[in-house]
Amino acid sequence: MPKHDTPLMDELEKGPWPSFVSDLKRQAEKSPQCWDIVGQMELSYKDRMTHWKHGGIVGVFGYGGGIVGRYSDVPDKFPGVAHFHTVRLNQPSSKFYRTDLLRKLCDLWEKRGSGMTNLHGSTGDLILLGTKTEELEPLFYELTHDLEWDLGGSGSNLRTPACCIGKARCEWACYDTQAACYAMTMKYQDEIHRPAFPYKFKFKFSGCANDCVAALARSDLSAIGTWRDNIRIDQAEVKNYLSGANKANGGGTPAKGDKFDIQKEVIDLCPTGCMWMEGDTLKIDDAECTRCMHCLNVMPKALRPGLDQGASLLMGAKAPILDGAQLGTLIVPFIKMDPENEFEELVDVIEKCWDYWMENGKNRERLGETIQRVGLPTFLRVMEIEPIPQHVREPRSNPYVFWREEEVEGGWQRDIKEFRKKHAQ
Amino acid sequence: MATVEHKGKTFNVDEDGFLTKGMEEWSEEWVDYVKSIEGIEELTDEHRKIIDILQDYFKKNGIAPMVRILSKTTGFPLKRIYELFPSGPGKGACKMAGLPKPTGCV
Repeated sequence: MPKHDTPLMDELEKGPWPSFVSDLKRQAEKSPQCWDIVGQMELSYKDRMTHWKHGGIVGVFGYGGGIVGRYSDVPDKFPGVAHFHTVRLNQPSSKFYRTDLLRKLCDLWEKRGSGMTNLHGSTGDLILLGTKTEELEPLFYELTHDLEWDLGGSGSNLRTPACCIGKARCEWACYDTQAACYAMTMKYQDEIHRPAFPYKFKFKFSGCANDCVAALARSDLSAIGTWRDNIRIDQAEVKNYLSGANKANGGGTPAKGDKFDIQKEVIDLCPTGCMWMEGDTLKIDDAECTRCMHCLNVMPKALRPGLDQGASLLMGAKAPILDGAQLGTLIVPFIKMDPENEFEELVDVIEKCWDYWMENGKNRERLGETIQRVGLPTFLRVMEIEPIPQHVREPRSNPYVFWREEEVEGGWQRDIKEFRKKHAQ
Repeated sequence: MATVEHKGKTFNVDEDGFLTKGMEEWSEEWVDYVKSIEGIEELTDEHRKIIDILQDYFKKNGIAPMVRILSKTTGFPLKRIYELFPSGPGKGACKMAGLPKPTGCV
């Protein structure tokens, strides 16, 4: 396939940031169809519109998802992208790799596809960009047989779960996010590969409230690590921060003044005002702490999460379509996340939720929208969770309160004649 | 738009092999053709039942049923549907029944 004249794309090779255009051109030396990617993009830049056709249904036998079909609407001009399907691979938790595996994958992908990838898709998958329908089954055969690697999810199903880096390299991880992510991925393979849901459903696992995988915003079920005992304080290290021997924020953000000011940068910024100094000793009233992570973030050497660790479960986050964006709503304030019992408490919540949503969710209705439609009280009831003040930011301000009949003395069956005996017309 | 020939009949299909005119063009030859490309060894009454239900539902409602409704009305769990149609209810069964191509964030 020949090169195309691409003056607009060429502009994007300038500047200091790594250029995807330069990368594409380099890959085109090995995979000539990449010239057609650059060519079609140039045309899109010129026309200011996409040149991919609507939709595309391709896949491998046995699975209902994992591959996103795509066809060019100008295949005569760019035959290299006439078929340009995207293959989602389930990434390892936290995306740690060994080069030997990546090399094998690259060899396979250069043989069966364009050689172009997305590392990684927003949901977490390792994405192989661009191949033909007839390559899908051979690619899948070699992926599973030679690389022992499976596809990720797409469609109305459980999408590929993802997690933060967790205990692998972070002192704040309150549970093993990678273990949870892997365990749920393996447990729910069927739900990932064969769409059975009203709509998509995502899991994300963050080790603490910093939420490095953005579970709160990007997953229908977010497990966010926390603790319920006291923050562990190392007073000697607190003094090192006071003296300047330790750098605030791990040196990541410069101190706001000349010198670290614990009053200004920690105590006054605590959202509940539950911290104070007694001489050079830091005190925390843990009962009032909301575990926002700010003080730990500023003084990582001095402050650590408590030892009674677990996670909060928040549910219902989604993008705007159809009825507005949502972040996760707190459903379960605290559960233990224990690999030893295969995350039993988490599984219990997941399955109750799916049982209800699969039966009651409307076509293409995300869990967050189902909760909005039926109401949080109903959802909590089907989840068998007692409502608690932590379930709301503030109580409702309107008085349109539903009661269930059994809660009201005498029920709903009333006779107007009885009423008229005391209230004549 | 491409055409497919099978047992003397010609069908108009899109890139993914779905009938462009849907059930209007649907016939026994189409069923036989899809069987040959969707990994189905032998067409059984269970296949027929799924096709009939999909077509009835589509005629009545103008959309394909949700997977859960298909399972309920046929009485087949999803696992059985995949045994019958290895590509699944969308790419396999809907294609064979002559329903339009599934759309959305697939």
